Amino acid sequence: MNGIVPAPVARQPWMMLFPLFVLIGFGALVLFSAAAGSWDPYASSHLLRFAVVLVFAFVLSRFSREFAAFLAFPIYGVVLIMLLGVELMGFVGGGSQRWLDIGFMQLQPSEIMKPAIVLVLARFYATLPVGMVPTWRALIPAGALILAPVALVLLQPDLGTSLAIVFGGAVVMFAAGLPLRWFLGAAAGAAVLAPLAFFFGLQPYQQRRVFTFLDPESDPLGDGYHITQSKIAIGSGGFSGKGFNEGSQSHLHYLPEPHTDFIFATMAEEWGFVGGLVVIGAFALILGWGLKVARQSSDRFGKLLALGMTATIFFYVAINLMMVMGLAPVVGIPLPFMSHGGSSMLTNMICIGSLMMVHRWNRTGPRTGLLR
Amino acid sequence: MRFRKKARPREVVTQSTLDNAFDRRTFVIGTAMGGLGVLLAARMGYIAIAENEKYELESESNRVNLSLIPPRRGWILDRNGAPLASNRADFRVDIIPERTPDSDATIDALTKILNLDENQAADIRKRIDDGPGYQPVEIASGISYDDFAAVSVRLPDLPGVVPQRGFSRLYPTGPTVGHLLGYVGTANAEEYAEQDRNPLLVTPGYKIGKDALEKQFEQELRGIPGARRVEVTASGRIVRDLETREDVQGDPVRLTIDGPLQDYAARRIGLESGSVVVMDCDTGDVLCMASMPSFDPNSFSQGIGRVEYAMLRDDERVPLRNKVLKGLYPPGSTVKPMHCMAFLDAGIKPDEAIMCGGGRRIGNRFFNCWSNHGRVDMAKAIYQSCDSYFYHFAQQVGFDQVAKWAKKMGLGEEYPLPVQSQFFGTVPSPEWKQRRHDSAWQPYDTVNSSIGQGYYLTSPLQLAVMSARMATGYKVMPRLTLTDEKQQFEHFDFSADEIGYVRQAMSDVVNGPGTAGRARLPFDDIKMAGKTGTAQVVSLSVSNGKTGPWKYRDHGLFVFFAPFDKPKYAGAVVIEHGGGSGAAYPIARDVMTFMFDPAKGMEALRPLEEQWGGTAQQRLDAKYRAYAAAQGETVAPAPSRDEEIFDRVEAEARVAARQPEGLAEEASPSRVDDRSAEEVSQSTTSAVQDRSE
Repeated sequence: MNGIVPAPVARQPWMMLFPLFVLIGFGALVLFSAAAGSWDPYASSHLLRFAVVLVFAFVLSRFSREFAAFLAFPIYGVVLIMLLGVELMGFVGGGSQRWLDIGFMQLQPSEIMKPAIVLVLARFYATLPVGMVPTWRALIPAGALILAPVALVLLQPDLGTSLAIVFGGAVVMFAAGLPLRWFLGAAAGAAVLAPLAFFFGLQPYQQRRVFTFLDPESDPLGDGYHITQSKIAIGSGGFSGKGFNEGSQSHLHYLPEPHTDFIFATMAEEWGFVGGLVVIGAFALILGWGLKVARQSSDRFGKLLALGMTATIFFYVAINLMMVMGLAPVVGIPLPFMSHGGSSMLTNMICIGSLMMVHRWNRTGPRTGLLR
Repeated sequence: MRFRKKARPREVVTQSTLDNAFDRRTFVIGTAMGGLGVLLAARMGYIAIAENEKYELESESNRVNLSLIPPRRGWILDRNGAPLASNRADFRVDIIPERTPDSDATIDALTKILNLDENQAADIRKRIDDGPGYQPVEIASGISYDDFAAVSVRLPDLPGVVPQRGFSRLYPTGPTVGHLLGYVGTANAEEYAEQDRNPLLVTPGYKIGKDALEKQFEQELRGIPGARRVEVTASGRIVRDLETREDVQGDPVRLTIDGPLQDYAARRIGLESGSVVVMDCDTGDVLCMASMPSFDPNSFSQGIGRVEYAMLRDDERVPLRNKVLKGLYPPGSTVKPMHCMAFLDAGIKPDEAIMCGGGRRIGNRFFNCWSNHGRVDMAKAIYQSCDSYFYHFAQQVGFDQVAKWAKKMGLGEEYPLPVQSQFFGTVPSPEWKQRRHDSAWQPYDTVNSSIGQGYYLTSPLQLAVMSARMATGYKVMPRLTLTDEKQQFEHFDFSADEIGYVRQAMSDVVNGPGTAGRARLPFDDIKMAGKTGTAQVVSLSVSNGKTGPWKYRDHGLFVFFAPFDKPKYAGAVVIEHGGGSGAAYPIARDVMTFMFDPAKGMEALRPLEEQWGGTAQQRLDAKYRAYAAAQGETVAPAPSRDEEIFDRVEAEARVAARQPEGLAEEASPSRVDDRSAEEVSQSTTSAVQDRSE
């Protein structure tokens, strides 16, 4: 960067921000089309929300390492209490509810828990004495920290979010250097328990979704409808798409949820394979930057925090794209930065803000270690 | 890899080994992420590029809905080009049961919107339960535009309901053509399967011919369906029209039937149960084939109600059977002139006479005649209908000879007519009896058969054909479809004198000292010839045949042709259980009167109809209302006759047409089918579109 650009601007992580803006802008265009060629109700609020949470992310990125470490447990505690609160309110109110109404938006504590679990585990492993890493003392408290919110979210019941929390926590534990055999053992255990959990733990509608995923054509008008229509939307887009505002699948309401979970299909129908590559490429740049931030970090807290946040965004992207392409069962997980929805936007921008924070620490703090 | 080498008991972990582990594991995670990204891109490329064609097709089939426009059915015309069956443009509402999750609730809603009565709602429910779910069931047709619009507005709340502008079949003269034309109806599951699951058959509003000529000429009348491609949303709402191909109306079928005569004859039968056939002697054209009582094909075509059908089914006068083709009656004395032709052929001279002593001894038994006729020659045998004469000469020439001529004259014959089925009856003969009953022919068989009793069974159509053949001496073949080509008939090798002799004798039946004096036509210059017949139904020991329970009374028959000296028209009248020929020949007289002078014919009919309680249609409607009331059901009053089209084939129309003032000129333009298919489909679309949001 040369002198023309002011230093505070040049300092920003443009490698990440540029693809992010591309995704947000592209998302707004797709939402414009999903609303049948109108800025209302999706595209305008999408941009507005992004503007608000972007400011929030910049504020977040100004936090110091010590402050962030200090806040880890209190934030985790508060979110856990909020989760409990939602659960109790649902219990008292007689209906399942996932969010708290906090005036300007409806907040889903389970969403906030995704970055919070990463933060608290990074904090835990950063302060854990090095010698204790391969011992049970590294595992038991972390396991408790993960299982408490997962249990509450499963009660909602929200399988997708539970898996996201487990995934974020597991990635931090993996990166923290816990013995590999524990992970292999856990994977083997999961393989054994999965069928049991499937038949006894899942709701019938969830079981149907899995069956449908395995054979969507078996019920093209019922449970397989979502996947079938999504694949038709993507497939009929071809190489370069049907053109902006020309998607018949979304405009004629064949595609369900064209503005949230299936926004990628909406996009692919109108922009084709090319549009898909742009989106996947943009995510690759953002996630790659996240990994680089983690690697360049000078301390364990920053490393684990950055990696965990990257993994959380990745989980959203991977599950959503696999779902719309018929590689995963239908779970209600939106596509970050493109889908219309406040909670997911907030969660993902908290992740981005945290990454920017670690990025700032990397630039200012001294590097440690011989290799770096 | 590294961990495998580690020491089991205690791993030495330092800050730098952790950093190394972190870098390695981050690399693994990053590689997994990148790998998944590549996998997703490849998957997308596969769906979007390799399978693009397949999905593009599926997307199109989602987006575009092809609906068939039922073709307008061809008209059935009478010999003068007036429609016996036409189409009436109307608004209708159908329901497709399998697209209706809660059909009871939907029908309740429709019942309110369309003001259907409980009876109709019950009929609809029954049809929904009985039919296959993919097939539309008619809720109502012929509804007003306001009702049509009211249903269209509520479409989003009425899944499976299809309101449309279409055509319904119209039979202007109703019951008088019921048996002749049949009716149309929605195809049933078997018909759908038979015709290779032709999607047209399950298109809402499409009906196929179900009986008689409507069924026989199905392919000609059907036409070619139009198609309409529309863009639809997932919920089935039509967004816009893409393309419309017009339907091609089915070809008209032109019959030899004379519409007004058919109407007149059927109405003239009145309260009796019977049939009237009139043929053109020169061409074989069947001018009228009336069978009463009948059903109203308009009701059948709209999907006949449970109650109305029950009424028809339970009627002892079988209004569901076409008596012209499928009623078999002993011909009685009507075959006597024909038997005389057989005698002539066998060399009996007309002036050979016998003495009728109130009967005659044949073999060793004495057989009664119905009266004592004294000296009887051939002419007297015909006009006085003397049985003894026929006992004697049938025995003399042998009944084989008589039966041979009965067959030549058209009895026991099936004609090449486009009808669903015709019964051919029985012409008894020694050979037949041996084959059928495995017993020898006896003299009393000859006696019975010689006067048209015993095993003899004929249909009214056969009697009419016999009459035409006798009148002309040609082997006249009946036909129902009008073509320009003239049929060539074989001649029966009778001399003009012989034919003239029989004609004169038959004329004397009516105009001379015969048995049917009241059948005389009210004209000075036109004389009708005929022959009466009375067919016993049960033995005289059960009933005298003239009074008592209806079903024990004798059948009344009359065969005729006119003018007697130069026959142009021939026919037969059969009145079931009419109590004798006296029930039959006045009808023949009036029908022939109408043929030659419509005004005079109507004069005769009007007072009768007043006495009977209205025209055939009015009486059928009244009867239905009474029947329904007895069943505790209410039915809507019959629709008022505001269709000018009625007047073109009604009997009254001919009177009007023949009046010099030219009343016929006033006949208003037909209200039927004068819009093109496109106009119709467009108006339907716009109505649906405008009101479905």
